[in-house]
Amino acid sequence: MLQNLYKLVLVPLFLVIVGVVIVIYTVNNPTDGLVARMLTYDNVIRALREHLMLMLVSMIGAITVGVLVGIMLSRPSLYYLGRGVENVVNVGQTIPSLAILALFFTWLGLGFRVAVFALFLYSILPILRNTFAGITSVDDSIIESAKGMGLNQFRILTRIELPLAFPIIIAGIRTAIVINVGAATLATFIGGGGFGDLIVTGLSVRRDMVIVTGAGLAALTAIILDYVIGQIEIRVVKWT
Amino acid sequence: MIKLDNVTKKFPGMKIPAVKDLNLEVKEGDVCVLVGPSGCGKTTTMKMINRIHEPTEGKIYIKGEDALKMNPINLRLDIGYVIQEIGLFPHMTIEENVATVPNEKKWPKDKTDKKVDEMMTLVGLDPKIYRKRYPSALSGGQRQRVGVARAMVSDPPIMLMDEPFGAVDPITRARLQNEFLRIQERIEKTIVFVTHDIDEAIKMGDTIAVMREGKLIQHATPGDLLSAPADDFVADLVGRNRSIKRLHLIRIREILDDVNRIKPAPEDMPLDDVKKRIEDSDIRSVIVVDRDNKLKGIIGVNDLKRKTGEVAGDYCQKISDSVTDDATLNDALSVMLEMGEGYVAVVNEDDQYAGTITLGDLLNVVKEDN
Ligand SMILES: Nc1ncnc2c1ncn2[C@@H]1O[C@H](COP(=O)(O)OP(=O)(O)O)[C@@H](O)[C@H]1O
Ligand SMILES: [Mg+2]
Repeated sequence: MLQNLYKLVLVPLFLVIVGVVIVIYTVNNPTDGLVARMLTYDNVIRALREHLMLMLVSMIGAITVGVLVGIMLSRPSLYYLGRGVENVVNVGQTIPSLAILALFFTWLGLGFRVAVFALFLYSILPILRNTFAGITSVDDSIIESAKGMGLNQFRILTRIELPLAFPIIIAGIRTAIVINVGAATLATFIGGGGFGDLIVTGLSVRRDMVIVTGAGLAALTAIILDYVIGQIEIRVVKWT
Repeated sequence: MIKLDNVTKKFPGMKIPAVKDLNLEVKEGDVCVLVGPSGCGKTTTMKMINRIHEPTEGKIYIKGEDALKMNPINLRLDIGYVIQEIGLFPHMTIEENVATVPNEKKWPKDKTDKKVDEMMTLVGLDPKIYRKRYPSALSGGQRQRVGVARAMVSDPPIMLMDEPFGAVDPITRARLQNEFLRIQERIEKTIVFVTHDIDEAIKMGDTIAVMREGKLIQHATPGDLLSAPADDFVADLVGRNRSIKRLHLIRIREILDDVNRIKPAPEDMPLDDVKKRIEDSDIRSVIVVDRDNKLKGIIGVNDLKRKTGEVAGDYCQKISDSVTDDATLNDALSVMLEMGEGYVAVVNEDDQYAGTITLGDLLNVVKEDN
């Protein structure tokens, strides 16, 4: 019980405190006036809010769509389409995120929504792929014995396939988070905001403190998200 | 109870049907074993009964009702189903696995709990210990038991079992078979049981349906199948294995008195007498024993040419292995094959020479049997 509390609450709390300490320290000890003007509480909090919005909105969308489409493609009638999509996804994954953002810029223009949309599309890929792979890798004999005992298609999906695919789907989501956090810092290039703003302006005026603060906070956000998802997985999957 | 009427199954894209014009009737309370070589259509036949596969032609009746017109989900809920791979759900505890059908049927929880306990006890798994375990924490034999318990929990009148004991070692399999027969004696389900092992078929079946290339060759009781096989294929299937099985069943001492071997030569027997004995012997050699009648060795015709002494003991060669008289004929055969000889010396429990068994003796036993 105590261990649970420690793992579930204290670790993320500790990480949040680390972030807060970084912010308080840098805001109060700017290396010069330029840094002081850039690293205000207002600026940092706005970057955090934008960053979280970028990540959360795109991730929630990607999880919803990725899992649903993955399930659809795993149906026997669409299986070969699924295999095809899996290959397309693997290729799509190799396109650099900056190129994706640039592509969307030329297509849809600037702004937060465009950035969210690009991140969303980019994060779908691993989730969709893993959902498909997770469901189709469930042993045939397990499906057959379920069918033979009188479970219908929907019950087999919800009682057997999805629970068994869950760890793999979660792994896809974690991959998506890692990709997402990297890409989210690039959103600044098309006016998406976020910690990328701090990093890029820091780079352009050559102030290390601003760069490190932006990068550190972006990394912390990713670590916390990933940690929480991992804890959920451990709590749900008891059978391995 | 189950009736297959001229059933044919042709899988799309396959040239020849997997099952062809099959007629089969299984009486209530009977175990009908489908047996035949791999790929002959046993599994396909069985899976048409619960409509995992739909027949291309023909009709299937269950308790006189047309199964093809029934709702497949309801049909399956009332047919216990065990497959060779067992197919336990790895993410569910044993308790949850066994409760699958009751949960689908929405039984009240206390009824399900009681029945799960009862089933687990019936198949020899203590519910107190195993209820909350996951399948990964069970041995192969235990998983098979869970598979059987899961199939029987809602008391279905019919059970389909596809090589249910196929994935365990022979000793565990024999035990599971015996337990299953004991349970079946009590519950008297109508069972269609698939195996490729004729010994298992003979042991488990009230009737045996021999299949080959999608066709039913013979459907008979085990006794009739053994005494009156319909054709060479069936005779071959039951005959060959039956002989080998008999070698397992007979102990050496049971045939030792009937085999006529010349007496062994004492180690101090003069050479001329030894020669005479070897000439009389049908294996052209003679066993040599010491004063306590313990095995000393063997002298063959060629050994005498060496002229190394005056008495039997001077000529004899050591024998690398022997068997005791309470071993089975199959054990004797194994030792012969291992030594690369056509005979094996037999000793009694006091390690004294008791006789010699030859390959010919084993052949005689097998021949008598046929
Ligand atoms: N789902 C399937 N699709 C196509 N062919 C199948 C399918 N299932 C079985 N078969 C074919 O039908 C034949 C009989 O198979 P099966 O009934 O499994 O044999 P058995 O159980 O006696 O070993 C085999 O030739 C097999 O390849
Ligand atoms: Mg089979």
